[in-house]
Amino acid sequence: MLPQVTPAAPGVRTRPARRGPQRGQARAAALYLLPTSVILLGLLAYPLYQLVVISFYDYGQPQASGAAPLVFLGFDNYVTLLGDPQFWDVLAATVVFAAVCVVGSLLVGTALAVLASRANPLPRMLLFLAALGAWATPAMAGSYVWLFMFDQDFGIVNEVLGLAGHSWTFERFSAFGLVAAEIVWCSFPFVMVTMYAGIKAIAPEVLEAAALDGASATRTATSVILPILRPLLMIATIQSIIWDFKVFTQIYVMTGGGGVAGQNLVLNVFAYQKAFAGEQYGLGAAIGVVMTVLLLSITGLYVRAQRRTS
Amino acid sequence: MLKRAIAAAAIVATAVACAPPQADTTDEGADRSSGELKVWLFQEASNGPKEDVVDQAIAEFEAAHDDVKVNVEYLPVDGRASRFNGAFNDPDSAPDVAEFGNTDLAGYVASNGFADLSGDLDQWPDAADLVPEVLDTAKIDGRTYGVPWFTGTRALYYRTDVFTELGLEPPATLAELTTTARAIRAAKPDMYGIAVGGKYLFALLPYVWANGGDIAERDGDAWSATIDTPEARAGLAQYAELLRPDICPPAQCAQLTGSQTVAAFAGGKAAMAIGGDFNRAAVDAGAVKDDYAVVPLPGTEPGSIAPAFAGGNLLGVFGSSERRTLGWEFVTLLGGKEYQRKMYDAMGTMPTFADVQDEIAIDDPFLAPFIETVQAGTRFVPATPAWTRIDAQAVLPTAVQQVATGRQDVDTATSAAAAEMDAAFAGS
Repeated sequence: MLPQVTPAAPGVRTRPARRGPQRGQARAAALYLLPTSVILLGLLAYPLYQLVVISFYDYGQPQASGAAPLVFLGFDNYVTLLGDPQFWDVLAATVVFAAVCVVGSLLVGTALAVLASRANPLPRMLLFLAALGAWATPAMAGSYVWLFMFDQDFGIVNEVLGLAGHSWTFERFSAFGLVAAEIVWCSFPFVMVTMYAGIKAIAPEVLEAAALDGASATRTATSVILPILRPLLMIATIQSIIWDFKVFTQIYVMTGGGGVAGQNLVLNVFAYQKAFAGEQYGLGAAIGVVMTVLLLSITGLYVRAQRRTS
Repeated sequence: MLKRAIAAAAIVATAVACAPPQADTTDEGADRSSGELKVWLFQEASNGPKEDVVDQAIAEFEAAHDDVKVNVEYLPVDGRASRFNGAFNDPDSAPDVAEFGNTDLAGYVASNGFADLSGDLDQWPDAADLVPEVLDTAKIDGRTYGVPWFTGTRALYYRTDVFTELGLEPPATLAELTTTARAIRAAKPDMYGIAVGGKYLFALLPYVWANGGDIAERDGDAWSATIDTPEARAGLAQYAELLRPDICPPAQCAQLTGSQTVAAFAGGKAAMAIGGDFNRAAVDAGAVKDDYAVVPLPGTEPGSIAPAFAGGNLLGVFGSSERRTLGWEFVTLLGGKEYQRKMYDAMGTMPTFADVQDEIAIDDPFLAPFIETVQAGTRFVPATPAWTRIDAQAVLPTAVQQVATGRQDVDTATSAAAAEMDAAFAGS
C-alpha cells in the first residue's frame, strides 16, 4: 500500500492507438482483482450494508430472535442519537483523546526513529527490542500491566513516587491521561519502524548535496528530509487516527467500562454499551454508521490536504 | 451494459435483503426422548465441587434413561449475554436446559427464549415446598419459566475483633451503621468503616427499600421510575453518605463492585461489608476468617431488617428444545431437593425449598442471619425486559457515583436516573 510517487508523464496521449491491447489489459486486470473484490464485498461491503439497514430499524434482542415484529423507524435512531447530549460529550472527548494519542505517538515514534538512525548498533538493537516488545503485547495484557503499575495500593509507580493510596483512574483527566500514555506506548513502535525505514532510505548523496549547498541542520530537516518522508508520515498519521479514534480495549479495561459515572467513555465503548450490553442493536448500528462516516471524511480530508501541499 | 447489469443486480439484492435478519421461531419441533441433552451451567470461581454434584446427577439421569447422553458446558457468567442471545437467534446452537440468573429472566422471556413450565410445575409435588417469594422471581406475568436452583441473600458482615477492641455493638439501624463506620475509620484510618461500592447495586437497593421507596413501580403493563420520590432519594442519599472520605473514600470506593467490596473485607481492609451467603468461601479464604460474624442488615427502626434483594439462579428449558419433556425431567432432578442439598454441601448455596432450608439451618449457625433476612421479606428488580438496558447502562450506579464524587446533588442525580429509566421503560 505504498503511495505511488512517480508522477504521471503529462501530455502523453496514445489512447486511440492502444485501444485493442488496453481492453485486453482491463479484462486481465479485472480477472486479477476478482478474488480480492469478492472477499472485500463479502467481508466488508455486506456487513456495512447490514449495519446501515439495521440502523433504520427498532432492532433489539426480541426482534433478532424473532419474538417481536420488526418496525421500520427511518431516521429515528439517528434523531435519538444526535439529540442525546451524552453523545456529543462523548464525541468531543473521543476527538480530543484521539488527537492527543495521535500527536503523542507520532512525536515519540519520530523522535525515537531519529535517535535510532544515529545510535550505535547495540543501543539501537535494544531500542528496537523494547519497541517491538511493546508492539507485540496484546492490548488486553498491556492494559492490565499498566493498571498494575499504577495500582493505588500495590503499584510500583505509587511506591516510587510515595503516593500510596492515590487513584490514577478516579479523576477524569488523570484517567484519560493514563490510558493515552498506554496507547502511545503500544502504538509508537509502528511509527518508529516506519519512519526509521524512511530515514534509512534517504540517499546519502541528497544529504551531501544539501550540506555542500550550505544548508543548516534545521534547514536540511525541514526542506529535505521531511518532504521526502511526507508520504510515510501520511500513512502513519492516517493509521494512527483510525486506530486511536476506534480505541476500545484500553478504555474498557483500564477505566472499568467507561470510568466513574461514564466520564471516560469514548465512541466505541459508548456504542458497545448501547448496542450489546443494552441490546439496542439499531441504535448501536447508527453509532457505527456515524463513526464510519466521520472516519472516512477525516481520512479523505487529510489525504486531499496532503496531495495539495505536496 | 455491464454497469446496467450491476445496477440491476444491486437493486434486486436490496429488494431481497432489505430487512435485518430475524430468527425463524415458527418451528415447534419434536419432543424426543433419546439422544443428546445439552445443558448450560455457569462456571463458578472454584468449579470443582459443582462439577462433582452435577456429574452425580448426570450419572443418575443416564442410568434411568436409555439412549440419553447429557452434555454439560460451563459458561463464564460475564460472557453469558452473547451466548444466550446467540442461542435465541440460532435455535440450532441452543442447549435444551440452562441455568440463568433471575434478573435476566424478563429479557429472555421477551425473546421467547424459555419454555413456559407453569403446567409442569403444577404436576410436580415438591413444587409446593418452594419458598413463594423465591418462586416469584421465576415468574413473568403469572407464568413460571424456571425452577429456582438456589437463592442468594445479602447481610452485614462485620469484624468481631475490631468491634470488641473499640467497644462497639453491631448497628441496630442504618443511621447507626453510618456513625459506627465513621467511628471505626476515625480510630483506624487504614480501614474502611464499611466497604461499599459505587457499582454495588444490590447494596444500594436495601437502602432504598428500607427507607420506604422503590426504584420503579408497575401500573398495568407500564412501568415508571420512582427513584426520584422523596423516600427513594432518602435511601440513595443514605447509601451515598457511606462513600465519603471519613468512611469509604470515593477515590477508592466509587468504582468498586460487590465482589470487590467483599474482597476488601476478606483482605482485612474494611470493618464491615454487605455480603451474600455465597461470599462465605471468599471470606473464609481471606485474612479475617476467624474474626468475623454476620447479622441481618438493619432497617431504619431498631429491630427491623432492611428488605434484601432476592438474587438467585434458575434452571429452565429452552423454548427451542426438541427434548422438552426430557429437559424438564433433568431440571426436576438437578433442581430437586436431594441435589439442592448436595449443592449446599458442596458449594454452600442456599436451597430454595423451605424444608431443606430449615433442615440445614439447624446445623449451620452461619446461615441463620441470611434465613432471618429471607423470612423478613425480600424484594426484586423490575421484572421487565427494559431492566436489561437499565442495568447495562449502569443508570443507578451512575447516580450514586455522581453523588459520591460531589458532581451532582441527590435530586439532580436521581431525576436524571428516573428520566433514563422511563426512556428505557418506554422503549425509546
